[in-house]
Amino acid sequence: MLNIALPKGRLGEKVYSMFEKAGFECPSIKENNRKLIFENEEKGVRYFWVKPSDVSIYVERGAADIGVAGKDILLEYRPDIYELLDLGIGKCRMAVAGKKDFTDNPAKTLRVATKFTNIASEYYAGIGRDIDMIKLNGSIELAPILGLSDVIVDIVETGTTLKENNLEVKAEILPISARLIANKSAFRFKSEQIEEILKKMKEQIEND
Amino acid sequence: MIDERLLKNEEKAVFGLRSLYGKYGYFPFKMSKFEEYELYVKNKEFLVSDRAITFNDTNGQLLALKPDVTLSIIKSAQDIPGEKQKVYYNENVYRVSESTHRYKEIMQAGLECIGDIDLYDIYEVVSLAAQSLAAIGDEFVLEISNLGLLSGILEKACSSCAFCEKAIDFIKEKNSHDFLRLCDEYGIEKEKAKALTVFVSAYGERKKVISELEKVCSKEELSPLSELSKLLDSSPFSERIVFDFSVVNNMNYYNGFVFRGFLNGVSERLLAGGQYDKMMKKMGKRSGAIGFAIYLDILEQLQSENEKTGVDVLLIYDNDTQTREVSKKVSELISCGFTVSAQKTDSGKIKAKKIIDLRKEKNNA
Repeated sequence: MLNIALPKGRLGEKVYSMFEKAGFECPSIKENNRKLIFENEEKGVRYFWVKPSDVSIYVERGAADIGVAGKDILLEYRPDIYELLDLGIGKCRMAVAGKKDFTDNPAKTLRVATKFTNIASEYYAGIGRDIDMIKLNGSIELAPILGLSDVIVDIVETGTTLKENNLEVKAEILPISARLIANKSAFRFKSEQIEEILKKMKEQIEND
Repeated sequence: MIDERLLKNEEKAVFGLRSLYGKYGYFPFKMSKFEEYELYVKNKEFLVSDRAITFNDTNGQLLALKPDVTLSIIKSAQDIPGEKQKVYYNENVYRVSESTHRYKEIMQAGLECIGDIDLYDIYEVVSLAAQSLAAIGDEFVLEISNLGLLSGILEKACSSCAFCEKAIDFIKEKNSHDFLRLCDEYGIEKEKAKALTVFVSAYGERKKVISELEKVCSKEELSPLSELSKLLDSSPFSERIVFDFSVVNNMNYYNGFVFRGFLNGVSERLLAGGQYDKMMKKMGKRSGAIGFAIYLDILEQLQSENEKTGVDVLLIYDNDTQTREVSKKVSELISCGFTVSAQKTDSGKIKAKKIIDLRKEKNNA
């Protein structure tokens, strides 16, 4: 039985439909109930929904054999896993954003608010900029508006939220998309099934 | 007589491994629990975690509770041409756990072969690694890579150090999509880049991997791999020993062959090792070295028979039961080969295959 961790939410639903197309469907997952785990014994798969940022933890610790996580999470937490495939969905970018009229003064320490402290500190260390890190857990866009920080480092999808709040992208750090990940030990012992999923998913991406 | 059923997985493993290493002429290496802290400061990156519990000795010298064993063995090794020192160890080490971020006592076993290393020694250590895994569990895989071959081919494609470092990180993740993006960034032709992804896609059966690698490597470059592979053909575990280039240890210390062992049912690598000639050089030694460690604490993840069953018999008595009667019944059951727990109530916390209630027996009589 292959355990698969799916990220809750819209992205997870897209991901499940890719598994479905690959021939690993599990009809019970579409039933409206409070079940946590969905199994298709015949296909040898067991799906469960988890918080997107927890997928890599389930996979690294072996509770899930494979899963789908955003590149942002993988870069932030650096789990010891295999990153087998770029699924090309859930595309967005990690960017630095600030108020439209803000210009960086290199003589001062830059105040950065973010959920992604590792990505932000690596980025600023790379360009040699001294920063004051402010770790937030949500509503990051509020920080520069209220003067809590000069800029934010966050995921930007369409940029609408930024625009509506008089903010703009100041620099792009890197592109993000969903990745198929696998536990290193499970990859050895369930390789046939994982390889088949990998092959079928690759075909889907190439045909799109 | 030791009742094997009572041993924990890691204790059982230690007994098995000792006798295995002894057969091949490896001697136990016993050492003090303390080491000069300076040794670890100088070689931080070689350690699994870079922190150690420190304290001052009575003369003021800063000491550490050992976070690692290999460095102490290297320190004591002597460079004598033609000679080899073969040792094994089974020690408790103290380091910060990756999950709790607190210090933890960890039982670690392993062996080191230091000196004038040749192909035979590499074969012997790799084969002992496989036999060690086999002694712990039936379903295991030992994966081998060669860092010298990998970095050589990558350097030929692009001489930039930054490229090689990043490329190796992607190979470690089996991440061919970002590997191709990196090649593009560094101006490597598309065809060549695609050919290099063989280091991600080729894994598993040794002969198959070698034939796939022939696309990007010359016969000469592949010869260390094929020679070792041929020797391993005669191993009873040959099918479980595979090539996989996602095995990467720190390139500043390791060179040549590196390997890693997994056991089905355990989510992390149980065994890790390789050739660390570069580390030897850093510590002023001319000799070569190869060895591995087995992280026995991880074996806790494996369920043992005892945990599932608890005891064979739960013996219940009360204040009216004669003590002699209880002791007689317990000895009787133990002499029949059962495990027994004498209790006053069945709280449900102890799982037992059978319950004998002395109270009832008495009532019936």
